[in-house]
Amino acid sequence: MQNLLKSRHIAGWLLASPLAVVLALFLVLPIVMIVIVSFWGATEFSIYPAFQFDNYEFLFGSPVTYSVFLNTFKYAAITWVFTLVIGFTVAYFLAFHVHSLTWQVALFLLCTIPFWTSNIIRMISWIPFLGRNGLANSTLISWGVIDEPLEWLLFSDFSVILTFVHLYTLFMVVPIFNTMMRIDKSLIEAAYDNGATGFQTLTNVIIPLTKPGIMIGSIFVVTLVMGDFITVRFMSGSQSANVGRLISNDIALLQYPSAAATAVVLLVTVLIVIAVLLRFVDIRKEL
Amino acid sequence: MTNSDKTGGLNRRSVLKGAAATAAIAGTNTIGAPMIWAQNIKDITLRQFGTGVSNLNDVATKVKEDLGFTLEMTALDSDAVTQRAATQPDSFDIADIEYWICKKVWPTGNLQAMDTSKIANYDKIVGIFRDGKLTPESEIAQGTAPHTVGFVDGPGGREFVDNESGWMTLIPTIYNADTLGIRPDLIGRPIESWTELLNPEFKGKASILDISSIGIMDMAMVCEAMGEIQYGDKGNMTRDEIDATFAIFTEAKKAGQFRAFWKTFDESVNLMASGEVVIQSMWSPAITAVKSRGIPCVYQPLKEGYRSWGGGIGLSKNLSGLELDAAYEYINWYLSGWVGGYLMRQGYYSAVPETSKAFMSENEWGYWFEGKPATGDITSPTGQVMDTAGAVRDGGSFYDRMGAVACWNAVMDENQYMVRKWNEFIAA
Repeated sequence: MQNLLKSRHIAGWLLASPLAVVLALFLVLPIVMIVIVSFWGATEFSIYPAFQFDNYEFLFGSPVTYSVFLNTFKYAAITWVFTLVIGFTVAYFLAFHVHSLTWQVALFLLCTIPFWTSNIIRMISWIPFLGRNGLANSTLISWGVIDEPLEWLLFSDFSVILTFVHLYTLFMVVPIFNTMMRIDKSLIEAAYDNGATGFQTLTNVIIPLTKPGIMIGSIFVVTLVMGDFITVRFMSGSQSANVGRLISNDIALLQYPSAAATAVVLLVTVLIVIAVLLRFVDIRKEL
Repeated sequence: MTNSDKTGGLNRRSVLKGAAATAAIAGTNTIGAPMIWAQNIKDITLRQFGTGVSNLNDVATKVKEDLGFTLEMTALDSDAVTQRAATQPDSFDIADIEYWICKKVWPTGNLQAMDTSKIANYDKIVGIFRDGKLTPESEIAQGTAPHTVGFVDGPGGREFVDNESGWMTLIPTIYNADTLGIRPDLIGRPIESWTELLNPEFKGKASILDISSIGIMDMAMVCEAMGEIQYGDKGNMTRDEIDATFAIFTEAKKAGQFRAFWKTFDESVNLMASGEVVIQSMWSPAITAVKSRGIPCVYQPLKEGYRSWGGGIGLSKNLSGLELDAAYEYINWYLSGWVGGYLMRQGYYSAVPETSKAFMSENEWGYWFEGKPATGDITSPTGQVMDTAGAVRDGGSFYDRMGAVACWNAVMDENQYMVRKWNEFIAA
């Protein structure tokens, strides 16, 4: 027994097994179940085991699916651009303009304060702010900027994307800030010494070295936005759809196989997007 | 009344339950001692599940007090209720479901018909649930009218019959007539027709509920009122009728007619109270909620009539012996007035209104049932004053409101097609 445990081979397997078991039980098994159920059939009240492609046929045969996927990509792309620009700027400011470590930590904590409340609360609090008689409209009217309340502020794509950006920018800030802090300051000094302008330093030194952080942040933002359903429902006033809402509608109507099929297609889509992202940066190497 | 809420927010039922729990209502026991052996009945537990409108903990407490046995309540959304009634007959003794759910579920054979001769107040049950007519002159509305799925041909009957056969599927418990809610202060002119929902005057200020089985009915009321579509039966549309209905509403949606769609009770209240929306589909307790914030809101009677719904309790096929006796005892108690008075104070109607009268004050009875001006304050279940002396209930008396029902909530033969179309409409 003693010898058995001492064997490097066995010990390695034993050490890895808790994580493997957890992942197998809570990640692999549920996904396998979803894939299996996606081939099942459903009546109005129940689901029954089968192996049929009806769910996928219906999914790919409906023009709604394509427009909804397109909409999901649109939300993801626009949100990604804004969170990247804002997140990069904030991280850049924290990492290079704030010199004292104490202030860096203090300001960084400041960024996280909104996250002490729940996601849903932060989302819903936009509704009274953006509403027809909300703070934004009444302020703009009192300043004389507009005469009539702006209708497109709430229950529109604008409000959906605004909320996404608000909810997920921190997921960009953290990884980018983290990689920026690890950039060797002497590299930047070297760039200056060699006559690079601030902009050249940014594009030739800082951005390439920050790529892993940008990529990790991008993966966070893209997967969160593509998997979301509740933000789209609340902020569009149920008037827009993304893939998450298709799934949630199916579940509400007890059409689990159809929901599972949509979930599988979404999962594959997101995996492809991440694979494409990872083509640009080898995260393992850079970390 | 399908209403599922995945966000943990409120829905109509949880609001009602909460409201009900805080309402202090004194009732008295009019039916006296339980009719079956008291020593055995204490051990009996009946498990009831349902859609929550009438699944009130106060009712369970009162049952324990008056009848001595235990009633366990489970409230679910109506999709889950339908599924459970159809697939898990062993998990309940009493099903509190809506009539359109009964139409879907009865053929599974999981419920047993009730012998009307054992129901003391059967003769006093409102005509809607017996021969379909509120008064002898009434016309029967479209959709799944309760009496069409109310009777079967015998104790084990699977087929619905069109006469009072003596074997009832559901004992009616609660029902109401739904219409559009409006903000009279922001509209400033009389609203008389369902067509106003798509009136360009209210562009960007209208809303409809995002629950397909009910939303489609409201849409049909609008399209028919506009004269655009003549339905054979709004409660059982053909594919062409479904397509035509969605075409009209999709066009309106693209033109920006709707501010939002709502799915939960609190969303409808907030849309109305904030002034985002001035006209929308609404449920009666939501009007109460807006009014109790001091904001004017009217449950507007419309000339084309109401969209109505009703629920009732049915017995599991597994009930027998003493438990079955207890269930009959419970049903008789249910119709004896206390519950009816409780529900009528929330704006619903009881199946046997005359027994409920004893449990309401003269002012309440006059306001809620007879449509008379209130003689004193009318308070909501949570105790806030909703209407003061002189106010009249929107739509008037019971006979004015229930007599003007144009269609009942229904389940269509083309239900799955309709649901797909609904998803397309939302994504359009």
